[in-house]
Amino acid sequence: MADKVTLIIQSGYYDRIYSALVIGTGALSMGMDVSMYFTFFGLDRLKKGKLEKGPLSRMNMLGLGKFMVKRRMKKANVRSLSALMDDYIELGGNVLACDMTMEIMGSSLDEMDERIITDHCAVGTYIKEARESDITLFL
Amino acid sequence: MKGTIRVDVRGETCPVPLVETRKAIRKAKKGEVIEVTGNHAPSKEEIPMAVESLGLELVSVEEKGDEWKILIKIPGGGDG
Repeated sequence: MADKVTLIIQSGYYDRIYSALVIGTGALSMGMDVSMYFTFFGLDRLKKGKLEKGPLSRMNMLGLGKFMVKRRMKKANVRSLSALMDDYIELGGNVLACDMTMEIMGSSLDEMDERIITDHCAVGTYIKEARESDITLFL
Repeated sequence: MKGTIRVDVRGETCPVPLVETRKAIRKAKKGEVIEVTGNHAPSKEEIPMAVESLGLELVSVEEKGDEWKILIKIPGGGDG
C-alpha cells in the first residue's frame, strides 16, 4: 500500500487553500496517495468558479490585502490555485465533498465543479482513510 | 541522448519543480532518462528525495552557478 495523506479543508480562506494544494501536490509528487475532504467553508471553494475567490485569513482589508498578496505571488511566479488544482487532479489526487455540509448550507452537487470532485461522503469515509494515513492535517 | 525527456523548470518556484518532475516520471517509459533543469534551490535537494521515495535511480546532480541539472532514470527497459 502506498503511503497516504488525508487533509480536511474546513476553511475557505485563499491562503489555506494554497497550503492544502501545495501540500497535496507535493505529497503526490513524492509518491504518496492524497485525499482532501472539503467541509463547511472549505466546501464553498469547490463551487464552480469559486476556487480562487476566498479572502485572506488575515489582513484581507476588504480585498486590498489579497490584491497585494496576489500581485507579489505573480511577481514571484507562484502557480495559480486553479493550475495547482489541475496538477493535483492530473497526479491522481482525490477531492471529497462533505454530504452534511451540503445539506446544512443548502448546496447541491450540481453547484460543484464536476472537473474537481471525485466523490461525496460522510465522516466514516474520512475516518477510514485517516486511520490508514501517515499524515493527516486539518486546515 | 535518445530516450531523454527534458523538463525545464527554470524560474519556477515551490511546488512546481517537484510537480513537473513527477508528471514527467508518470509519463516516462522503462529505461528512459529524465533531465530536469531548474534554479529553485530547495528543489535541488527535494527532487532527489522524491526520486528515492519513488524507487527510481538518481543518475546525477550537477550545479552551475544558480542552475542545477538532475538526471533520473526509470529502472528497467533492457539495459538495467
